[in-house]
Order: sequence, then structure tokens, then C-alpha cells
Amino acid sequence: MFPNQFAYHRPSTLEEAVGLLAADPDAKVLAGGHSLLPAMKLRLAAPGALVDLASIEGLRGISADGAVTIGAMTTYNQLVDSDELRARLPVVAEVAAGVGDPQVRSLGTLGGSLAHNDPAADFTALMLALGADVTAVGSQGERTIPADEFFLDILTTALGPDEILTAVRIPVPAGRVGMAYQKHEHPASGYAVVGIAAVLALGDDGTCRSARVAVTGCAPTATRAAAAEAALVGQALTPETIAAAAQAAPGGLEITGDLYASAEYRSHLVTVVGRRVLEQAAARARG
Amino acid sequence: MADTMAAPAKVAITLTVNGEQRTGQVEPRTLLVHFLREGLGLTGAHVGCDTSQCGSCVVELNGASVKSCTVLAVQADGAEVLTIEGLGRDGAYHPIQEGFWEKHGLQCGYCTPGMIMSAYGLLKRNPDPSEDEIRHALDGNLCRCTGYQNIVRSIQYAAQLMKDGPTAPVATSAD
Ligand SMILES: Cc1cc2nc3c(=O)[nH]c(=O)nc-3n(C[C@H](O)[C@H](O)[C@H](O)COP(=O)(O)OP(=O)(O)OC[C@H]3O[C@@H](n4cnc5c(N)ncnc54)[C@H](O)[C@@H]3O)c2cc1C
Repeated sequence: MFPNQFAYHRPSTLEEAVGLLAADPDAKVLAGGHSLLPAMKLRLAAPGALVDLASIEGLRGISADGAVTIGAMTTYNQLVDSDELRARLPVVAEVAAGVGDPQVRSLGTLGGSLAHNDPAADFTALMLALGADVTAVGSQGERTIPADEFFLDILTTALGPDEILTAVRIPVPAGRVGMAYQKHEHPASGYAVVGIAAVLALGDDGTCRSARVAVTGCAPTATRAAAAEAALVGQALTPETIAAAAQAAPGGLEITGDLYASAEYRSHLVTVVGRRVLEQAAARARG
Repeated sequence: MADTMAAPAKVAITLTVNGEQRTGQVEPRTLLVHFLREGLGLTGAHVGCDTSQCGSCVVELNGASVKSCTVLAVQADGAEVLTIEGLGRDGAYHPIQEGFWEKHGLQCGYCTPGMIMSAYGLLKRNPDPSEDEIRHALDGNLCRCTGYQNIVRSIQYAAQLMKDGPTAPVATSAD
């Protein structure tokens, strides 16, 4: 299998890349290629031109001040190997280690995963739970988009056609905070049938001060599980309150069925994976 | 449709394959595995599933283990590529190849080049892997004959050989 014909560009600056995208509505960004090239080989996508970001400086790497900033072209393996992440946001490295297989992790990028917005992607849910901000550069300049406003629908984000996702900025929460992600993965593809990310913060009195829970794999796009969050805030995190929040988690979600799992089964999995991931996040918050 | 339109001009690429500089003229849509096989006659990397699942096309690209059916040849312009053909030295097998020979790590052989290249990627990062780590490292490689048991043993054998012997894993200059 091979893709349709297309023109290939490998610009060395962001300005050039944005210019190429703005000039040609049929052009698409190429990052790690591990969603785009398979889709092009199946002729599900047939862009007239590819703008490869590989030679643009400054899109790769991880830096930290108050928050952690990750360049869009940073690969999963670079996330796995990052000492900075292991020290400050280990959940990011953990999730990266569970994406696909070693070869997918060699080339697949964080920016590509978020821009693609596969309904079963792992990092979409994680970025929602972490409350990350996405930075994008287009012909109108640079803007910052909160994760909550970034993932719009299946394979659709808030990025404009000439906008390039350049970085993701993740706040590093202070105090007693637990972060976790778990997925029930499809045994063949490894993609999440249901994946849930949770970030739980405890107050001085030990009750749950804030909860961000996000679900992937079961709806057109990853979304916050507002019912689970509401059930946790203000509660002591006991096995009972966690079980109740997990039970409430499917409420308000637009859960869909497909050939892998019915909506009913997925809804059940949300409660099971939900309980496990909330237990893990709560245990980590307690320290 | 794009297919019936005039093909975009071929692009000249230059890359280092198994230590030698190679050049070619490719359509932008040419996949690296096809360039290696048909352009350079290096037929060790196989096309199996052609959907980034099976791993029979694994090669190293700038020191990273990749599936060459999911990389464009133009993306490899200027890069270092290592294929199964580049592992042996001076007519001698690489320890991983020796492991697959000694421990019967193949039956039909179709997946073998990819298995060996994935093992190479693993042993470079982790020279002393546990059985569990070996199995995880083969997550992206499918074998439909042997059931993986002997493949794992082959890699364990190779790891031991490389620890004992004088031959360190061959590294591309990009490592
Ligand atoms: C065998 C296999 C298994 C996989 N398993 C998993 C899994 O378990 N979990 C998971 O989450 N994912 C999985 N993936 C998908 C993988 O994570 C992809 O790498 C990722 O979804 C896309 O990242 P990429 O860098 O490869 O992007 P590309 O494929 O290059 O691009 C994807 C899309 O995003 C756009 N794009 C990319 N980067 C940018 C940018 N910086 N700005 C604007 N637009 C951009 C492209 O135009 C394209 O439309 C798997 C893929 C394969 C092939």
C-alpha cells in the first residue's frame, strides 16, 4: 500500500511552515507520521502536500519553570526517558511508555497525538485531567488554548487549518496531589477501549479539594467526567466514596458502541477502570 | 483524484545505509521499506502487514527503532539507516543472529529480520533485560510460527554472548 501523490516540504522555520499551510488548503502537517501515514496508505486521507516539521528547531524537548513545557515534536520515547518528567510529572512518562509499541514510541509525537485527536488516544484524556494549555502558531500569530477548549469532536480540534501546535504547557500542582491513568486496552491494537486519567488534590483536612477526571476511548472525543468529579470534591477519599464516584462516572458522557465494544459494555468499563484509577490517584495523593 | 494528476517531480535523497552513503530519486510517497528493498536491493526488511502492526520491516533510523513501512523515504533524507544486512561483520553473524541460529528462534523466517532489529534496539538500551522486558520490547513484532518462546530464548542467549564476548553491539554513528 502506498499513499496518493503529494508534494513534500521540510521547512526549517516555523514561519515557513505556516506560510506553506496558509498558501495551500490541501497541505497537512507531518509529525511522527504514525497516524497520518497509515491513514494515507488506506487512502482515508489524501493531502496534496505534506509539511514535515522535523527540521524546525525548538519544537522538541522538555523544559520546566513553574510548569513543564513539552515541545510538540517530542517523541513518546523522549517522554519516557525524561528525568525532568520522572521527577515532576511521572504520570506523563508512564502514559508515554504505554502508547503502542517501541517503534511507535520512537517516532510518534505528543503534538501529533493531540492534534490528531483520535477518539481512543491516551494523551488527550491525560492533558484534560492535568489542565494543560496548548500553544499554537498560525498566520494570525500565537495563541494559547486550554485543553478543555481544544478537543472538539472526532479527529477535530480547535486548531485552524494554518495553525501548528508548537508546545504543551502542563501546570505542576503543589501539595498533596495524585495523578494516574489506566486503560483497558484492546488486546490487538493496544488502543484504549476505555482509558481514564485522574488528578486528585487533597486539602489540609484530608478531603478531596479538587478532582479532574477525563475519559478517552468511549466517545467521539476525550471528555471530562463531570459527574465523577462532582461526586469526589469535598469527600474523604474512602473506598466507598471512590466506588460511588466511579459508579457515577458514565453519567453525562456520550458513550458510543463500535465493533470492539457495545456502549453498554463500555459504560460498565468506565465504572471498573474509573474505580481502579481513582484508587491509584488517591493513594498517590496520600503519599 | 490526485492519482491521475501529473506526479510531483521525484526528489533526490542521500542517506547513509549500513555505513555507506547511498543516493536515490524517489517520489515523495515512496515508503522507506520500498526504497530499501527496490531502490537499494536490501531485501532484509520485509513488508508484512503494511499497516504498522507486524514489525517485519523494523530498521534503525538515526539510532531509533522504527517500522520502515510507516516512514517516507524522503523523511530519511540525510539520515543514518541500519538494516539487518548491516549487523554482521566480516562474514560473521552478529550475536543476535547467532542467538536465533542457536536457539532456533525462527521457523518460516518472515518476521526474523524485524525481530532481530527490535532485539538490537532493546539490547542497545538495556544490555541485561529480564524476560519480561524482552517480551515488552517485542510488542511491535508479530510471529505466526514459533509462539515467541524460542525468540525470547534467542535474545537471552545473545545478551549473554554480548556480555561475555568482545563484540559490543554494533552502533551506527548516529547513536
Ligand atoms: C501500531 C500503532 C499503535 C498505536 N497505539 C497507540 C496507543 O496505544 N495510544 C495512542 O494514544 N496512540 C497510539 N497510536 C497513535 C500514535 O500515538 C500516533 O503517533 C499519534 O496519534 C500521532 O502522532 P504523530 O506524531 O505520529 O502524528 P502524525 O501522524 O504525523 O499526524 C497526525 C495528525 O496530526 C496533525 N499534526 C501532527 N502534528 C501537528 C502539529 N504539531 N501541529 C498541527 N497539526 C499536527 C497531522 O497533520 C495529522 O493530521 C498508535 C499508532 C500505531 C501506528
